[in-house]
This record gives sequence, structure tokens and C-alpha cells, in this order.
Amino acid sequence: MPHDHDGHDHDHDHTGGQHPPADVVLRVKALESLLVEKGVVDPAALDAIAEHYAERVGPKNGARVVARAWRDPDYHARLLADATDAIAELGFQGVQGEHIVAVQNTPAVHNLVVCTLCSCYPWPVLGLPPVWYKSNAYRSRAVIEPRSVLSEFGIELDPQVEIRVWDSTAEVRYLVIPERPAAADQLGEDALAELVTRNGMIGTARL
Amino acid sequence: MNGAHDMGGMANLGPLAPTQADPAFHADWQARVLAMVVAGAARSNIDGGRHQRELIPGPEYLGMTYFERWFAALCAELVRGGVVSEAELASGRADPEAARSQPALPAAYVVPVLTGRGSYLRERKEAPLFDVGQRVRVRNLHPRGHTRLPRYIRGREGLVEQLHGAHVYPDSHAHGRGEDPQYLYGVRFDAGALWGPDADANSSLRVDIWEPGLEPA
Repeated sequence: MPHDHDGHDHDHDHTGGQHPPADVVLRVKALESLLVEKGVVDPAALDAIAEHYAERVGPKNGARVVARAWRDPDYHARLLADATDAIAELGFQGVQGEHIVAVQNTPAVHNLVVCTLCSCYPWPVLGLPPVWYKSNAYRSRAVIEPRSVLSEFGIELDPQVEIRVWDSTAEVRYLVIPERPAAADQLGEDALAELVTRNGMIGTARL
Repeated sequence: MNGAHDMGGMANLGPLAPTQADPAFHADWQARVLAMVVAGAARSNIDGGRHQRELIPGPEYLGMTYFERWFAALCAELVRGGVVSEAELASGRADPEAARSQPALPAAYVVPVLTGRGSYLRERKEAPLFDVGQRVRVRNLHPRGHTRLPRYIRGREGLVEQLHGAHVYPDSHAHGRGEDPQYLYGVRFDAGALWGPDADANSSLRVDIWEPGLEPA
């Protein structure tokens, strides 16, 4: 859901009660003008970067990768063997996706991705991370109590299901390949891609 | 450094507030901060930028949102690197005597750079010290500078599952001491080995660890 406010994100920005200082908007504008005046940044480049991440990159890319893997066993094998290459086949690569590893959910194994030290995330396939992924709560708790974290996302796993938590401490990014929904057998790639959610590819949703 | 950013395993740090779908930015200032950082305004590198965010004092760090941290660290890094002076940052006006720069990332290069095939893999002459399938122990290190070795695994034993090759070593790169490539291993830890008898049953963790952080178990 797009938010129609600009800077007034006091009560509904999902920051968990963390409010930016009132002057941050002005201070950011002042810094940008200073850097432009000094020639440090090209304002058109800033526009292009902001547009790239707001409009062009997002979980639709990852959903395309997952849908292809669900439909095409050869692609699935390439994705598990070298996800960076397999994802680049579909045209997705770039900053914060230099080295990607795909991990497969099965009836016996559920994968969950976190970055405890900052908020590393596979930008070329998922876009920028959501607020909860960057929250102190997720970063601290996902490694020590993943079942409790998953239950807050509405996932109650059978105790027999092994949870594998991936802490993204290096320049290796992890993409979860969810299990294909049983009802999806007859669907084409476009329809399959519609079923793949962002949280499914982080491991905080089951499809 | 053992900073507030290294929060794996801590409790009571606030609500989780799950969402299913979100815009990339919740306000325009966040997009501008991200763009200034990605455009290389600070003339630093990714590890230097991360370390600068870790240098935000803990009580402030914990109370800030993600892009507030980015903004505070960007300002600090610009001053530290001599890109802008304290006086310029305070006044918002360029010193007329100061030389003008050239943008590190001109607009025409934005899409090629953001969608280019980068790599942190580097050559290293020495052979890897550890093999896939080998048991290792995380060294009990507490560096004062930047590290990507989280506290919750230090001193713990795990199993090498992957060798990612030699990667740029953040502990060196963040401090302007070069890339110093080191082998990077994907290491598996049983939850019980990290969190004791109250650990979630039937769960395990994977952490990527550079070779200087490991010793044979």
C-alpha cells in the first residue's frame, strides 16, 4: 500500500515507535543542496537512484525467479547450484546481489533469512528491505527464537520441521525458494509468479 | 567492535510489527539519503559506511530508524573524509574557497552501475585452511574496529558447509587498509550449541565467517 505522506511518518510507518526528529527532512534537504553546490553529487543521479529502487527493483523480480524454478527443473537445478548466475539469466543482478545463494524450503526444512549486524538483503531480487526486517526486534530475535518470530507472522510449524536461519554477515545474500503450492500444478509461469510473496522469499511466509 | 548494532540473541528490543507488502520508501527524505549514499558521496566503501553506522553511540543507535542511521553516518563520514567541513555541514553553504568536486556517480552511469555484475571475490595465493565438512571453532576475538563476526557465535563450534572463495575482508577494508582477501566459509551451528538447553528444538544457524575468525575444533 503506497503511503501518501512525505516526511510526516509519525504514527503509521511501522517503525515500531521510533520517530524521526522533526528536522530530519530539512537537514536532508540542506545536505543534498550542499553536496550539489560542491559538485559532490549529481542531482540527476540521485533522482535516478531513487527511481530505480522505488520503481524498477522489487519482489516481482524474485517472484519471476521462483516461478521459473517451479516450472523448469533444469533452471531449478542451476538456481541451487549457482543462484547468482541463474538469476542473471533472467536479467536481475547488481548492487547488493553480487553473490546470491538460493535455499529450498521442503516439507522437512524451513529457511529464514536475517542480518543481525545491519540489514543485508538481496536488493536485485527483492528490492529494499521492509521496516520489520530492519527492526531491532527482528535482527535480535530471528536467530535465537525463530519459531516465536515465525508465529508472529502467522506461521506455526510442526515441531518436526527443521528451521535453518541464515545470518547474512558477508556479501552473500540468501533467497528462499518456497515450496510450490500443491494447487499450482497446472499454472503457467506468470500465474505462478503472482503466488510468490516477498515474505515467502525471506522465509516469513508459507505459500 | 562490540557495539549496539551486534544484536543477535538480545531480547526486548521493541515490537516486530510484521507487514506483507510495503513501498520502498515511506518518505522522500529516505530516498534522498539512500541515493546520496549509493552515489558515493562519502568517497568511502561499503565496509567503511557500515562501520560509520556502528560508530553511532549505542543509546542513539537503538532509538534511530534505519535511514536516520544512514543519514547520521553519511554526515559523519563526509566530515571525516574531508568531503565537507563541519562549518559547511552546520551552515549548509559551501565554503567559496573550497575546490569543487566531480560527482563520483554521474546520472548516465547510475543504471549500469546499479545493475552491473559486481563481485567481492578476489584471488588469494594461499590454500584455504579449512575444508567443507570440517568442524571449526569461532575464535574468541573482540576487535575494537569493524568486524562482521557477531558476538553470539564467538567461541562456539560449528561445521563448515560451504567455501565461498576468498572475499574482500571487511575488518581491513573498512579502515582503509586494503581488501586483504580472506577465505569466506558458510558455517552451520546447532541452535543448542549457541543458545543452550532452552534453544528452539530442531533449528540451526548458518553464518558466513572469514578465515581469520576460525580455528580448528
